[in-house]
Amino acid sequence: MVPLWAYLLLSGFLFIVGVVGVATRRNALIIFMAIELMLNAVNLTFVAFSRFLHSLDGQVFVFFVMTVAAAEVAVGLAIIIALFRNAETVYVDEIHLLKG
Amino acid sequence: MEWVLFLTFALLAGAAAVAMVLQRNPVYSALCLIITFFAQAGLYILLHAQLIAFVHIIVYAGAIMVLFLFVIMLLDLRPEELPPMQFRRAPVLLGLVLAGALLAELALGIGPRIILGPRGPHDVETLRILGNTQEVGRILFREYLIPFELTSVILLSAMVGALVLAKRRSE
Repeated sequence: MVPLWAYLLLSGFLFIVGVVGVATRRNALIIFMAIELMLNAVNLTFVAFSRFLHSLDGQVFVFFVMTVAAAEVAVGLAIIIALFRNAETVYVDEIHLLKG
Repeated sequence: MEWVLFLTFALLAGAAAVAMVLQRNPVYSALCLIITFFAQAGLYILLHAQLIAFVHIIVYAGAIMVLFLFVIMLLDLRPEELPPMQFRRAPVLLGLVLAGALLAELALGIGPRIILGPRGPHDVETLRILGNTQEVGRILFREYLIPFELTSVILLSAMVGALVLAKRRSE
């Protein structure tokens, strides 16, 4: 049986890749995809713990995370479309409306 | 056998995730992310979470990534030039120290509780008899009924919010 630490290591790696993506990329769409990757890494942790602690509560929580992720993507992509319509760009370093 | 499958899916997921961050073209990024999602669904099946695996494929690969691809094609972007990576010594060192402290804290704080702590009633043999989907449904609609109903409010407000944001202003 594959031990718990292997799954935790993998999901930690996926989470770090997501953080690096959010921190280094300029394209708002790819930043959003990296956020999805981080949410998925946490989901993997939930399911792994649910398996090794013999409890299904973790899998129920994965459902809630998926719901929030779906809602977040719908609103986030609408924001990106509105942003593109107003600023003609999705690169986050070219959008500095608040700088004055 | 289980290790072979785990390593296959894990390497696939990790490699596709790294490729997702490194791609210059957002369409390729989205496709790499879909590969990651499928590999992750395989890992869920290895963890005996069949329901989660299929819901994951339907919701993420089916709905969310299609939405992403639609928006990418709608916006018609040029490939982005990636800035060269530059690291300074001190922040990296500080980050490593803090990450190590957090990891040690987690390992010492909750590690023993995970190893020695109580186990729930749903081990693999029980689930084989009762059925994974049935048991998840039972817990979802009994113990988590109110949070489950509240998620409908989240989805409704997200729907209204997305419509308001993406609608063209009529002026």
